[in-house]
Amino acid sequence: MNPLPVSSYTLSSAVGAGRAAHVLALRAGTTGLRQLAFDTNNLDCWLGEVREFDVPLTGALAEWDCRNNRLAEFALNQDHFLDAVAACRARHGTTRVGVFIGTSTSGVQHTELAYREREAATGALPGWFDQKRTQNIFSVAAFVALRLGLGGPALAISTACSSSAKVFAAARRAIAAGVCDAAVVGGVDSLCLTTLYGFNSLQLISADICRPADAARLGISIGEAGGFALLDPSAESALALLGYGETSDAFHMSSPEPAGRGAIESMGAALARADVAPHEIDYINLHGTGTVANDNAESRAVCEVFGTATPCSSTKGWMGHTLGAAGMAEAAVSLMTIEQGFMPRSLNTRAKDPAIEAGVLLETRIAPVRRVLSNSFGFGGSNCSLLFGRLS
Amino acid sequence: MSALFIEAVGLATPGLPSWQEASATLRGEKPFVQMPLAPHTPALLPLNERRRATPAIKLAFRAAEDAMQGTALAAASLATVFASSDADLAIVHRICLALTATPRLVSPTDFHNSVHNAAAGYWSIAAGARNASTSISAHDGSFAAGLLEACSQVLVDGCDTLLVAFDMPAPEPLHAKRWMAHPAAVALVMTRQPTPGSIAALSCATTSEVEDKLDHSAFEQLRFGNPAARALPLLQALALRRFGRVVLPMGLGANLAVELSAP
Repeated sequence: MNPLPVSSYTLSSAVGAGRAAHVLALRAGTTGLRQLAFDTNNLDCWLGEVREFDVPLTGALAEWDCRNNRLAEFALNQDHFLDAVAACRARHGTTRVGVFIGTSTSGVQHTELAYREREAATGALPGWFDQKRTQNIFSVAAFVALRLGLGGPALAISTACSSSAKVFAAARRAIAAGVCDAAVVGGVDSLCLTTLYGFNSLQLISADICRPADAARLGISIGEAGGFALLDPSAESALALLGYGETSDAFHMSSPEPAGRGAIESMGAALARADVAPHEIDYINLHGTGTVANDNAESRAVCEVFGTATPCSSTKGWMGHTLGAAGMAEAAVSLMTIEQGFMPRSLNTRAKDPAIEAGVLLETRIAPVRRVLSNSFGFGGSNCSLLFGRLS
Repeated sequence: MSALFIEAVGLATPGLPSWQEASATLRGEKPFVQMPLAPHTPALLPLNERRRATPAIKLAFRAAEDAMQGTALAAASLATVFASSDADLAIVHRICLALTATPRLVSPTDFHNSVHNAAAGYWSIAAGARNASTSISAHDGSFAAGLLEACSQVLVDGCDTLLVAFDMPAPEPLHAKRWMAHPAAVALVMTRQPTPGSIAALSCATTSEVEDKLDHSAFEQLRFGNPAARALPLLQALALRRFGRVVLPMGLGANLAVELSAP
């Protein structure tokens, strides 16, 4: 495929608001994960909560108010992203810019709150609860399109933890098919009890901080994030999406295929589409959730495609597993490593699991990064690998 | 957008229980009799997954299996797009209810079935389909948004693709907040190249035109009562081999203009 320029991007996570905060923390090794009170959570765990965003939406879009859309609003306001979209909208026209947003749970936290206020006699939900504008999966994509004044094709992709990686592939396809001229892609997922108690029911939540690839890792720390990128073939930008690969495990709903076959194929497809050889990848941003099953299967897959020498790490020790936003968050981190010339270490990893043979970085490396591969895998056996690079 | 080809259609909604029966009804050759869908056991699902599959997943399978009856293509060879406004609100209901109880016991099966791509995951397991699979939502415009993504998948990535749109009414109290009159699922098999079995050539583009409605009031009620049934104007045109333009709702702002022509 032709490289697709990334003309602007932004990320807000537990690490901080905007790109600069992330570069600073990633280089310094400061985690955003904390043991803190969230809602009425009583599980013993670490959380990646975004700070100081949770203020009600006001004005024309007030009826879209919920934690997830508040996070979208907060994230859109960083890194002059709104200005970049405005310029793109002016260049192409409002109906020619698409919106593709990944989320796993959208505004379901709003539904959780509504269920606490059911009417005693009838069980009816409170009058304030607006399902369409909060809980519905499309809500966040609709909110973003309205907020940005875009009237082109808009949809939400929801494939669990690969959701906001796949938006890059869908947007590229839509642009190549002539459906739109440019696209806003993004991922927004916010903390809720559904995912905390849900992952807890599968015994995947760690009481310890998330330690990807660590010999004594205990599972995931859940985080939240909002991030966006502007993909515009007509833009002058040094950064570009070079390739993508998407596959299905066809194995199990909530466990990865142990040999990592689907992951091998998604990484292979991304390399093939970019016409890039494995040795031309400088750094791999792993899915790296910190569960035993994921990290082992992913390491096997990475070694199969790249051998054991390619530097790689998971950045979930910084922001936790941001689920439907993880693909976007890690795409943003990948772009930062290319722009700033560094490879973040696997934070919180004390001793690498001997079963993991991939070249997991235990120290942050300062070096030029030209091409990065970023993996995102999700429930349902959904795999997506993105390949980003610097255009010469 | 250049053209691609519709190879097969699947359908399941009350009164239109399969494509074969529905196409005669949509052509006006058979009277429309609204009756609930009979229970369906997905033929393709392995026993373990069949036990865990929810009614929403079985509904999606019903249309997908119906469409696969109409093609010689192997299910394992197809990429998939699953489009649903709300996927499975019965699970959202059970989980939100569980979260109000003490202790908070969320069912692990409910949780892994709660992902929007659950039906897609079960399908990939059942069919051995290891290609790309995207699950999308665009509220009431989910069918058209899914069609657009499926067309891009076929044209740009060159994969023959199975599109499945499905939605299931929610239980109360959610139903009062997200109304649907009945379950509905629609499936299309789409190919890059024409085959002897091609029903029509299709291309689509966004438009500001208003969506088409159906003349027959019972069909219009079906269309309006479920996001997946928003596909019915397209399906009626296919049943009649009535080539031309169909406009489908696609969520916000833009609608989707679908051009059908002889294959």
